[in-house]
Amino acid sequence: MTWVNDVVQGIMLGGFYALLACGLALMFGLMRIINLAHGDLAVLGAYLVYLLLEHWNTSPFLGFVAVLPVMLLIGYVLQRVLLERSLRSGLLVPLLTTFGLSIVIQNLLDQGFSPDDRSLGASAGNIATASWQITSQLSIPAIGALALGVAIVIFGGLQLFLSKTGPGRQMRATAQDPDTAELVGINSRAVYARATAIAVAIAAVGGVFLAIRSSFTPYSGPTYLIFAFEAVVIGGLGSSLWATLAGGIVLGVAQTIGGQINPEYPILAGHIVFLAVLASPRGGLLNLRRATA
Amino acid sequence: MKTPRSAAEPSAISRWTRTSAGFTTGFAGLIVALAFVPALNAGVVQDMTGLLILVLMAVMWNALAGYGGLISIGQQAYIGLGAYATVWLCNHAVNPFLAMVIATAFCGAASIPLSFLLLRFRGAQFAIGTWVVAEALAIWVSFDNALGAGTGTSLFQLDRYAPGPREHYIYWLTLAMAVLFLGALFVLLRSRLGSSLQAIRDDEDAAASVGVRVVAGKRTLFVLAATGAGAAGAMTLANTLFIEPTSIFSVNYTALMIFMVLVGGLGTFEGPIIGAIILYFVQHQFGNDGVWYFVGLGGAAILFALLLPRGVWGTLEERTGLRCMPLGYQVRRAAVAPPAREPD
Repeated sequence: MTWVNDVVQGIMLGGFYALLACGLALMFGLMRIINLAHGDLAVLGAYLVYLLLEHWNTSPFLGFVAVLPVMLLIGYVLQRVLLERSLRSGLLVPLLTTFGLSIVIQNLLDQGFSPDDRSLGASAGNIATASWQITSQLSIPAIGALALGVAIVIFGGLQLFLSKTGPGRQMRATAQDPDTAELVGINSRAVYARATAIAVAIAAVGGVFLAIRSSFTPYSGPTYLIFAFEAVVIGGLGSSLWATLAGGIVLGVAQTIGGQINPEYPILAGHIVFLAVLASPRGGLLNLRRATA
Repeated sequence: MKTPRSAAEPSAISRWTRTSAGFTTGFAGLIVALAFVPALNAGVVQDMTGLLILVLMAVMWNALAGYGGLISIGQQAYIGLGAYATVWLCNHAVNPFLAMVIATAFCGAASIPLSFLLLRFRGAQFAIGTWVVAEALAIWVSFDNALGAGTGTSLFQLDRYAPGPREHYIYWLTLAMAVLFLGALFVLLRSRLGSSLQAIRDDEDAAASVGVRVVAGKRTLFVLAATGAGAAGAMTLANTLFIEPTSIFSVNYTALMIFMVLVGGLGTFEGPIIGAIILYFVQHQFGNDGVWYFVGLGGAAILFALLLPRGVWGTLEERTGLRCMPLGYQVRRAAVAPPAREPD
């Protein structure tokens, strides 16, 4: 029964990782780049909510609604100022510039908020600690269920946006072939900027859950970037959004089962599953076509 | 390979020019001079060791990124591995200096199986794949109580040497390692592999299509870079005498490497050395500023990547046509004035 509990906890942890991975997968699918500052942007979102809650006593989720436009703007500006120029210089330069950005964000957050541990758990109230006891061995934490639920809603919403709306179709067309998309009148740079804005905003949703689930510091970003990237790769890089959600769940389950074997193992177990997937012949559990970029 | 300049020949292709011969001789002279630093000024030995370690790190990261087109965020895996392998060997009664050499070779050996895993990828997958390997190694080491677990360990075996001579031995070994790895890269780049590597970096698929053995070339660089980073790790341990998993496996090493190589000049032989010297002075000037020091490093990396992608040295080479090291080929036309440069 403890194993059932581990798997259930892992699935919910996976929902949280998928939230962090969603923007990464979106940007990779569209532009073939990985934003190495993605984790730091999630943490930045958490700090903005934290800052807001210092002045305004409310729930972090309401706080996030206020921060959302800021995060969209940050994503838009990030694309226009930094990534657009980087993309022009090939696929390696975005890695270098976003790595530089990651270090800048971490240290500016350290400067602004001190390196102390913070948490939004207390301001989230009951939901941070509540859980439903199903059997003596199995309990479902409210925050985990909420993260998974929000992940499903966001992945579903994004899928709908991509398949049903005009801007979504433009995004898919640009992802397939930016030059041809330009020919039929799509402004690919505007499409990229919109996608990055969405990606950064979703990263901040992940950041808020991160901040409620556990404490965070200015230097928490890279750890979660790695988890998010592992989720994307396990799902088969860029193959589909749902595969990323599945990848997050595989990673989450691997970590909770690793933790059951030995309390020190969860993160190592996740890394080992990731490396095993890399080593597998197709290089991704759900990889339908071999990722080449 | 000196080609005499004669009017009978319409043009001549040579590797050596008067400039490059001069600079290579100067470079060799500098290395000899560096060997005498401890005798001249014992006070700077530890700092100079630190500088040589930076040079080693930068040159080896550039070997992978600048010549192989592979951006690694996980070279700290070998820095940590080199340091911890040294500790392990010393705990098993190996002479500390011998241990540093063996640990370096061990890093090279360990990178071979890893290369089969990681070289299937390029771009972002490779970058984060190397990072995960480094993180996994850091966790694994922190479980090992014999290696001091998470709290770290010191190389107390070096205590049997008096502090003065010890620092000198460490300096000389670091210098030897730096010369060895710079020399290895120099020879590699002048070999047939050198030009195939640049073809791989510029367009992997096109290179493969004309018969360049892409994976073999990348593997050579991967193992060289890992071994060099291992040496840098072993010497970092010797120079600081204490390590802990979180700091020796820290991704900050990669931040330093990226800064040095981007500022100096990605894909140039001399650039990373210049980048290391710049970082050395930046560290001495601003290293105590903590947060702002790293904001500056990250910001400079972004600006150089976007605005001056060839770095200080690459831009200088581009503007002046200066080639200090005989790595490419120079075509000299007898009558026509300016010698055509080989684009690299």
